[in-house]
Amino acid sequence: MSEPHPDPEIERRARRGRNVALALGLVLFVILIFVVTIVRLGANVLDRPI
Amino acid sequence: MAMSPAIPDAHAAAPARWQDYLQLLKPRVMSLVVFTALTGLVASGGALNPILGAVAVLCIAVGAGASGALNMWYDADIDARMRRTRGRPVPSGRVQGSDAAALGVVLSLFSVALMGMALNWLAAGLLAFTIVFYAVVYTMWLKRSTAQNIVIGGLAGALPPVIGWAAATGHVPLNAWLLCAIIFMWTPPHFWALSLYTSEDYRKAGVPMMPVVAGPASTRRQILIYSLLFAPLCLVPAVTGLGGAAYLAVAAIGGAVFVLLAWRVYKSRAGDTPEMRNDDGLYDVKANAKDARNLFAFSILYLTLLFATLLGEGLAHAPRLHLLASIGGPA
Repeated sequence: MSEPHPDPEIERRARRGRNVALALGLVLFVILIFVVTIVRLGANVLDRPI
Repeated sequence: MAMSPAIPDAHAAAPARWQDYLQLLKPRVMSLVVFTALTGLVASGGALNPILGAVAVLCIAVGAGASGALNMWYDADIDARMRRTRGRPVPSGRVQGSDAAALGVVLSLFSVALMGMALNWLAAGLLAFTIVFYAVVYTMWLKRSTAQNIVIGGLAGALPPVIGWAAATGHVPLNAWLLCAIIFMWTPPHFWALSLYTSEDYRKAGVPMMPVVAGPASTRRQILIYSLLFAPLCLVPAVTGLGGAAYLAVAAIGGAVFVLLAWRVYKSRAGDTPEMRNDDGLYDVKANAKDARNLFAFSILYLTLLFATLLGEGLAHAPRLHLLASIGGPA
């Protein structure tokens, strides 16, 4: 990690922006995997022994 | 993996914002990659679920972004010495080189794995090859060692339509490689036209671009030779069942203009005197380099038009010309 910026407010805002972007990225990743799974498997999701 | 050479320390740099990490992915390059990959995907005629098609394009875009991040990590020392690139996140000190490298590796693994699981492993393998070729073969080896760097390295930028085609159909016939060949042959005149009026930057950075190593006269001659090979190649899709009448018209007229501009560069004195620019613009040049600037700008327009026409014809299911369609391979 780089050294913190001398102004804590600027540092805080930059960190918050990075954290929000990372959180959004992770949420989109989960949605993406879910959607791909549904599209790839389709109705076959239910076609399995219980 | 080799370490990126040291770059100037930047204690007073602003803290990294999320936009800096986005900039590491080279969004402008990424948009061109998305465009050519989408053209390959649509032109293939493959019956692909639209959501999976979007995922394929996303994987290719993220893979291209990952290559960009790895390139910015390794080339930080070169970027710091060039006007055009010294404001990038790593040389400016906003993002640590190790962070850029980590982002590149993680996104590479993500894009290849998702492509393999969601589409097919041929497309994933081609994507992995493209990332490694750009990040290792071009960035770490060719760029610093040979004037043929952008000729051979251009393969990485030429492969996205092939990956798109593979993602859609699971195979890569001759027509897919034709799209690759068009971008591959376009790359040298495009980049050498640019380097004719930015060669001072490359010289200072120690990058052996063609004008620095072979001189501007040789570069202008090679631009003309590549252009004479490139323009007829652009006509070939019209006879292999890939392009239609609109494509043939765009390729023929644009190709003629391309060769004319390359001829003007050949006859000009572009690159003979160093450009003493005070700005970072790629289009603001001295009088003797205007012909090189014109070719550089038109090359972008021409490639965009070629692929946009193919994309439009593919989406509209426009009738193709079938003079020698059998050699193009199955769609």
